[in-house]
Amino acid sequence: MSSHDLSSSPAPARSSCRSCWLAAPGLLWMGLFFLAPLALVFAISFASRGTYGGIVWELTSANYLDLWHPLYGKILGQSLWYATLTTAICFVLGFPLAYVIARSPARWQPVLLLLVMLPFWTNFLVRTYAWMILLRQDGLANSLLIALGVVDAPLELLYTPTAVVIGLVYGYLPFMVLPLYVAVERLDPLLVEAAWDLYASRWAVFTRVVIPLTMPGIVGGSVLVFIPSLGSFITPDLLGGARSMMIGNLIQHEYLVVRDWPLGSAVSFVLMAIVMAAVALYYRHAARTTGPLEGR
Amino acid sequence: MRRGSTGLSLVSSLAMVFLYGPIFVLVLYSFNAAHLSMAWRGTTLKWYAALWHDEALLAATENSLLIAVISTIGATLLGGLMALGMERMPLRRQQIIEGGLVLPLVIPEVMMGVALMLLFVMLKMPLGLTTVMLGHIVFNIPLVTIMIRTRLRKLDPALREAAADLGANSWQVFRHVTLPLLRPAIWGAVLVAFTVSLDDFLVTFFTAGPGATTLPLKVYSMIKSGVTPEINALSALLLVMSMASVALALHLQRREV
Amino acid sequence: MATSSTPPFTVSGLSLSSTPPTIDIRGIVRRHGAVTAVDRVSFQVRRGEFFSILGPSGAGKTSVLRMLAGFEDPDEGDLLIDGRSMFGVPPNRRPVNLVFQSYALFPHLTVLENVAFGLKMRRVSPTLIEEQVRQALTMVKLLGKEGRMPNQLSGGEQQRVALARALVNKPAVVLLDEPLAALDQQLRQAMQVELKSIQEQAGLTCVCVTHHQEEAMMMSDRIAVMHQGRMWQVGSPREVYERPCSLFVSRFLGVSNELPGTIGPWVGEDRVFRPTDADQMPLTVRTVSTEPAGRSATLSLRPEQIHMAQERPSTSDPVLAGRIEKVLFAGSDTKYLVRVGRDRFWETRMVSGTSLPSFAAGDPVFLYWSRADARLFFE
Repeated sequence: MSSHDLSSSPAPARSSCRSCWLAAPGLLWMGLFFLAPLALVFAISFASRGTYGGIVWELTSANYLDLWHPLYGKILGQSLWYATLTTAICFVLGFPLAYVIARSPARWQPVLLLLVMLPFWTNFLVRTYAWMILLRQDGLANSLLIALGVVDAPLELLYTPTAVVIGLVYGYLPFMVLPLYVAVERLDPLLVEAAWDLYASRWAVFTRVVIPLTMPGIVGGSVLVFIPSLGSFITPDLLGGARSMMIGNLIQHEYLVVRDWPLGSAVSFVLMAIVMAAVALYYRHAARTTGPLEGR
Repeated sequence: MRRGSTGLSLVSSLAMVFLYGPIFVLVLYSFNAAHLSMAWRGTTLKWYAALWHDEALLAATENSLLIAVISTIGATLLGGLMALGMERMPLRRQQIIEGGLVLPLVIPEVMMGVALMLLFVMLKMPLGLTTVMLGHIVFNIPLVTIMIRTRLRKLDPALREAAADLGANSWQVFRHVTLPLLRPAIWGAVLVAFTVSLDDFLVTFFTAGPGATTLPLKVYSMIKSGVTPEINALSALLLVMSMASVALALHLQRREV
Repeated sequence: MATSSTPPFTVSGLSLSSTPPTIDIRGIVRRHGAVTAVDRVSFQVRRGEFFSILGPSGAGKTSVLRMLAGFEDPDEGDLLIDGRSMFGVPPNRRPVNLVFQSYALFPHLTVLENVAFGLKMRRVSPTLIEEQVRQALTMVKLLGKEGRMPNQLSGGEQQRVALARALVNKPAVVLLDEPLAALDQQLRQAMQVELKSIQEQAGLTCVCVTHHQEEAMMMSDRIAVMHQGRMWQVGSPREVYERPCSLFVSRFLGVSNELPGTIGPWVGEDRVFRPTDADQMPLTVRTVSTEPAGRSATLSLRPEQIHMAQERPSTSDPVLAGRIEKVLFAGSDTKYLVRVGRDRFWETRMVSGTSLPSFAAGDPVFLYWSRADARLFFE
């Protein structure tokens, strides 16, 4: 205590915190341009649509009931399916990558991590567009498949659910790798060797030791991939067809094309509820697993 | 796990090819002379030249830069002050604000876009450059606050106590110790905010009026009307720009003492 | 144990000089939530004195230092520097400077800028700053390294910069927080000597917080022993070491060889002490204690006060029989672990290289000491 408390506690707590007021403008801004609009969306989701697209302030739950229509249900269902599939594929691709990076020489680790993160920092639109070039009828993917003799005629790749999932995996893979890397890096290699020494097969080592101990990273990465995948707009808009619409496209469609703002707002809130549930799940898991092994 | 390491390396190499292949192909084809087919017809810079003569594109670039500059300045000021102000708050209040700051980063961007659009429509504000800037400041404030806060927390509190002990008043402590030590983090935050603003599509899409076309909006409408080599060239330029700013941001972070 | 509710408190060395004390601390109390970190502590420090607050971690000594520096204010009591109350005076207006344990050198400033920081804050003229910084750097032998950044310096050099940065301001008091704790053993010993000579040369008044007994004893004019928020004893190093006022102080400042027993009647100037262990003969102790006979007490001796012999010595001084359990050769001297009771061991020392008879493990020995050396502690 005597050694470090001299430098760990902040200056004496004065009764009023004058410097705290510095946060006020930013908080005000976020309240006005973030919380207020969200509240507005929430309010509108209980209003009715006017004849020409406006809003009629009549309290109703009709918008939420409308969501039970099979058409919306299908879009919601396939959004969840695409996001789940994306998360799973990201895990399968990302885990080996994270493992290799975490076990590579210390001075290479930042470089490799940077290589994984770099595409994320480039324009999302452009990255999605790159797949349009690759996947279109006369694109590189089809040329390659024909040259290899896998298929005779070009496949319909673009504007399919496959293209959407590829685009989502491509967009959010870095989100999976980063938390997994952190988790694997913290995993003591001696534990793996100890399990091996105790007659565990490689599969058993993976499922009984590596997976449980990297669980925080797995949960974190999955949430980080699942959330933006579920709410994505650009990827299904550019790579998907009319049949592979996702919630994001539905919201945009209701707002800008159909101009049914109340319904669009209701869809937005359903999306937000799912996202918040995923975040809550993550925090609960994080709180539970901050045990002696992970605690820092 | 030595025996498994070849398998692991193989999958990771594939993942790397997967990450960089499409970008590489995109850049490569921006130099292809062929107009419509994917067949290689020799190298050319004409698509880049064509961009230079596209008036609408130049106007969009100007809009993008203006929005990025203003929103970066606004967010850095508001977010930086917020980080400083939060420091002395009771812990519970700090946690609440921090949780609130994560919200804009996790909620779907589409939703942020429509929510802002609704607000502006309700407030009868004409959609245009101003509304886009207001919106960009919203998603940049959390980024700036979190980055500067992270650095603030890593600062040894003894440094500021030492300055006070040596006779510095609270302004002098800030001016001579806190600010210089935060500088790399501030520049890092500026670059991140600038890049994110420059690349943003969705919030801009919903809050921009007809006159306020930005670069990503322009790229989107070009893509929607058909794949052309000009888009390849423009995309390649945007890629280079983002990568350069990330490289600069990382360089600044590394200089942090 | 000796950690009873009210520690026996003794202060010595408070001379009645005409000048007021540089530091006058009057019954300060500091609470952190439910914990009382500092409990009614009072002491004074004279000009030019090197005063150490010694105690185990958690004793509250750092809180005292933080209150002197102005980072905390006492909940009760008052704290005067040069006769002026410091209550509510912020750190930047106090005539004290702190050498931080971590040094807290500004990483973005050069050695020169670090040392000049305090003068610059007080808007001293640049020419004067240069002269005084040069003086300070000369004193800590760092001339020629003005342009270096802190991370280009060794630990010992960083320590000197921290010291120069404090003393360049000519503060009324220099506060030192575990000043040598971050240095390795050899450098630490060299710096102890150097720090002391700088302090004497510059006539600095120092208050030093440390948990290292040897360091405190070597550098200090006076030591205050702190434990559980209270001050147990204040005195010169010799006084607190040789005449500790409690078992805690005795144990904390060195090896305390103890024997429990009861105090008996007077025999001339001495009193009889009956060890609880039935095997041992009653001993005589010279004491000024007026405790009634029959009261339980603990006898304590320093290793270097004890002599060893193979035969029972013919002396009127107390003798204790034992058996050598372990012989530990430690270079300059040899330590003997002697069993003096069923589960009771004493440590004795002999300087190596003398022609004294050598003892081996298992040998029966007789321990004896001057009756005036033994200390008695009552519970």
